[in-house]
Amino acid sequence: MSKQILELLQARFPGAILETHSQFGDDTAVVDPAVWREVARFLREDPRIDMDMFVDLTAVDYLWQGAYPRFEVVCHLRSLQYGHRIRIKARIGEEDGSGADIDSLQPIWKGANWFERECFDMFGVVFRGHPDLRRILMYPEFQGHPLRKDYPAQKYQPLIPFRDVPDKLPPFGPDEGMSFGRQIHDQHAGYANEEAPKPPEA
Amino acid sequence: MGEMKNDATTVRVLEGSETGFATTRIDALLGWARKYSLFQYPFITACCAMEFMSFSGPRFDMARFGAEAPRFSPRQADLLWVVGTISQRQAPVLKRIYEQMADPKYVLAFGTCASCGGFYDNYTTLPGIDKVVPCDIYVPGCPPRPEAVIDGLLLLQDKIARGDRTPAVVKPRIDPVKKGEELLQLHRKGNG
Repeated sequence: MSKQILELLQARFPGAILETHSQFGDDTAVVDPAVWREVARFLREDPRIDMDMFVDLTAVDYLWQGAYPRFEVVCHLRSLQYGHRIRIKARIGEEDGSGADIDSLQPIWKGANWFERECFDMFGVVFRGHPDLRRILMYPEFQGHPLRKDYPAQKYQPLIPFRDVPDKLPPFGPDEGMSFGRQIHDQHAGYANEEAPKPPEA
Repeated sequence: MGEMKNDATTVRVLEGSETGFATTRIDALLGWARKYSLFQYPFITACCAMEFMSFSGPRFDMARFGAEAPRFSPRQADLLWVVGTISQRQAPVLKRIYEQMADPKYVLAFGTCASCGGFYDNYTTLPGIDKVVPCDIYVPGCPPRPEAVIDGLLLLQDKIARGDRTPAVVKPRIDPVKKGEELLQLHRKGNG
């Protein structure tokens, strides 16, 4: 059943379906970001497909994999009537994180509203045509987008200034109470430990 | 009743109908009064709440220690329980709650997240509530056992009685290193 959806997509958008993949009943179509909203509208409105449930929308940052369109916006859809699902993806964004623009799906599924706000908050993907594109989890003063791979893992941006106390008292070290400490993984050492505090003098 | 004697002092215990007086220092009296009448404000955000519930429930029964009455207005509370992870967005709220409490006020960090941020070692979470409010007692554990919380409360009462405002950490009752050695020996014995 669901494999037919990919065929319908190929027939309706020749050339704009960059890649398809089908395994264990899960179908994936990588589409051209230019037709992102048209593909979504077709999936929603075609009576043979009828994807009336918006399941999920998020993004993946492939910075360290060196993929050229850096972000992959992933959207999961389901049809309540037929019970089939599809995953559509679009690859956007330059190496430095700019140009990550894509059409909003909010006019098609109202439920996309907060998912797109979260995706904007975490990855900085800008959804064109979104009615209210603000941060949803982080506070407005927050700088940057924390789930981008180039965001330093330990960069705090306190909402209120921390108290002016130099350090914790003697029973506490920098790793106190942590089950695993601040481990260093060689591959991404520069990212994960860019702002890590210095260990105490032995 | 009668007299209790030892080498240094003589103490006479009054019967119910008798009258008399006792001498003490005013700060010791105040400390004694405060330590058994802690009105608490629970600032509970995360999974440590389950342990807090069991601690305040009948099995572990915090009422035994004079810390029975919760007050859901910080203006009536003496002891602020910070139970659970405090995110950066909650930090201003926590600070304001603390500022609304009347002196003398005490803060107890319940669990690893409140004490130091725990494994939320990233942009989301406050790395320990002592970054925004001064903290009296740290109870480590993820979550702490109710025994550890009782130890923390008793430690706080002890500090109140002594007028000591330096922070303190609840120590484990058994040294895990020594206990681990014992278990290892038991294991070897069983295998040998």
